[in-house]
Amino acid sequence: MPVNALDVENVSVNHNGVLAVNKISFSVQEGDLLGIVGPNGAGKTTLFRAILGLQSYQGRIKLFGYEGNQYTSLLSMIGYVPQKVNFEPNFPATVYDVVSMGTLSRKKLAKGSALIQSCGCCWNRIFQTSSKDSEKIEEALKIVGLESFKDRRISELSGGEQQRAFIAKALVKEPLLMILDEPVTGVDMDVQNKFYAVLRKINKENKITIVWSSHDLNAISDLATRIACMNRDLFFHGEKEEFFANKDLLKTYSESAMQLHMHKHDM
Amino acid sequence: MQRALLTGIVVAICCSIMGLFLVLKRYSLFGDALSHTAFGGIALGFFLNIYPIWTATVVCVATALGITKLRKSTKISGDAAIAVLFSAGLAMGVLLVSASHGFTIDLFSFLFGSILLTSMQDTLLILAISCGVIVILIAIRKPMIHFTFDEEQAKVHGIPIEKLNYLFVALAAVTVIATMRLVGILLISALIVLPNITSIMMGKGFKKTIMISISISGITTSYYFNLAPSGTIVMLMVAIFVGTLIAKHAGLFSTKTLTDENNLLTVH
Repeated sequence: MPVNALDVENVSVNHNGVLAVNKISFSVQEGDLLGIVGPNGAGKTTLFRAILGLQSYQGRIKLFGYEGNQYTSLLSMIGYVPQKVNFEPNFPATVYDVVSMGTLSRKKLAKGSALIQSCGCCWNRIFQTSSKDSEKIEEALKIVGLESFKDRRISELSGGEQQRAFIAKALVKEPLLMILDEPVTGVDMDVQNKFYAVLRKINKENKITIVWSSHDLNAISDLATRIACMNRDLFFHGEKEEFFANKDLLKTYSESAMQLHMHKHDM
Repeated sequence: MQRALLTGIVVAICCSIMGLFLVLKRYSLFGDALSHTAFGGIALGFFLNIYPIWTATVVCVATALGITKLRKSTKISGDAAIAVLFSAGLAMGVLLVSASHGFTIDLFSFLFGSILLTSMQDTLLILAISCGVIVILIAIRKPMIHFTFDEEQAKVHGIPIEKLNYLFVALAAVTVIATMRLVGILLISALIVLPNITSIMMGKGFKKTIMISISISGITTSYYFNLAPSGTIVMLMVAIFVGTLIAKHAGLFSTKTLTDENNLLTVH
């Protein structure tokens, strides 16, 4: 019996009286690449923060079928890349230093793995973490194409390169689930394409389940296996083909996406 | 003399490591604020006739934890909290001093530091405290670096950031107590901040930066503390800092490497 990587059931988030997320339910199967689309202020980031335990919410969220305390210990299996990582601009860390931060939760990860013993496929993957951290880091840097940047200070990199470094940091955790919140907003096409190639690779080859929000319908149609549309409420969740067959949905979201590119993005 | 040298170097190393985290967390003045509270603690010790370092430690750690808790639950900004600490600590000290027997030479030695006059009891205590702080900081360096770099990501990684933060500010308070004897209450933040803002300009990675910082404060301390110690140490560090700043602006060295073709992808 396959276990869903993520179950969101009737989740609402209230921001001081404003309903940011309204009773959203969906689930993500293992190996899925779910693209979430929705205009600014649609609650995508808020939903992600709820999933990551950074935001209180009503409803239920299950990670690999687990809730509560067990959920919290499983959080370390999520690789999270936010829209923008706010770090001290002078922070004396090289790209390598930053990526190595991702190796930290390994022990915790092993502890958490005991919880999902029943889920055999995950079990195997967790215990393949015997090789050294440094190899893992080198490998992650290679995947995102930053090998030659590893001794540079993170603050010297461009926005797109930094974002790739943060993806590498999420990757060395060997996550079972990656959550990417508009990871390439404000990054040029060339870097975006490189990034999408990385995304496809880790989904297909490393079998990592991915939940990814974006305004780029082309990229979503290219990469995602499933699509969800939200604007406070969930309007659609299903197969990619279904979404693109639905002219109304397509029109609404491509228009909102067009407008969005003109505005600066907010939370 | 040798005793003073050893103490000085160990305290300087302790301050460097602690200071790098403080500076990067934008807590640069936290050390200063805590040292003013420590002054209150010392005055309390003299007032109650207890060994002043004990009272200072208790007051200092309690304020550090209290202020962290206060900031968390009331959203008072960091600099405002520090301003409150500053004045409250100093006021308490002054009040207690005037309530007892006025300023004494002893109190002055705490204000301006006198590593050469430190007793054996003090020396051992300071050494024990600094070594303890150094060991703990080394042990928690990885989660600490991650936490300092990005709090939310650290939280998602499963690092218990609240506990870590409390531990960190308590260690900072204890460091202040240890440093107090070396440079005195009035110059503590110099020892915490100066070697680090200098080393941040020089080192690229975290390890290198911390090594440079330790070298700067260690060498400075060991070399010059037999002249009027505290002032000399601080002025020398200021000189190193200004020198580095000028050298950096003149392009004598850089943390940047030459651009390669990948840099063409730069987006702003």
